[in-house]
Amino acid sequence: MSTVNLVYFSWVRERIGRPEETLELPADVVTVADLLDHLKSRGGEYAAAFEHQNVIRAAINQEHVEHGEPIAGAREIALFPPMTGG
Amino acid sequence: MAPAPVNIRVQRDDFDIAVEIAALCRDRTDIGAVVTFSGLCRDEAGALSALELEHYPGMAEAEIERICQDAVERFGLQAATAIHRFGGMEPGANIVLVIAAAPHRQAAFDGANFIMDFLKTSAPFWKKEHRTDGSAGDWISAKDADDDARDRWARG
Repeated sequence: MSTVNLVYFSWVRERIGRPEETLELPADVVTVADLLDHLKSRGGEYAAAFEHQNVIRAAINQEHVEHGEPIAGAREIALFPPMTGG
Repeated sequence: MAPAPVNIRVQRDDFDIAVEIAALCRDRTDIGAVVTFSGLCRDEAGALSALELEHYPGMAEAEIERICQDAVERFGLQAATAIHRFGGMEPGANIVLVIAAAPHRQAAFDGANFIMDFLKTSAPFWKKEHRTDGSAGDWISAKDADDDARDRWARG
């Protein structure tokens, strides 16, 4: 088990219903993609947030990463939609 | 040569474009070209009453810093400023400011363009619309055209 802080933004935050949370992750959650699968199994709000999993962007310790990135050692993992600033 | 100063700010308050240009050029006689881009909140033909800008504190600053440092290195910029606002803003309000300074205009134009193309696609900000008809606004969708604009900077 490892403990990680998750932060959510925009409609990912709205669908899950909270801006952040701390979770214990099972050892078989190795990559960002594994994390998304794990979260989707936690309930309908997560399934709604990550319904179109391929559009979800991720950052580990405030740097962009791909879904195949290992999450070992991550303090903070952010999950959010494509960005629309500027 | 001293490293080019890069000034990054993520703030709720408005900014003054003239003040920012003057600050970037102060006490310097080596700059030959300053290109400024500002992005504003538009009203979408009267349909939009306000925009709400959400951001990821910490990463927003870090990502804009990375983008500006890339631009400094790639185009030989002498200085760069990037300011992005968050919170609620009404049509006509400033949202973002990018200033790029270089010895000659082409590098300054390219630098400002590059910073904006990457800022739109990789700086963690999200816009939500509020509509004048009172209906529930929605989050603005990312545009493929913005990805295409970023991708044209890829070096083959």
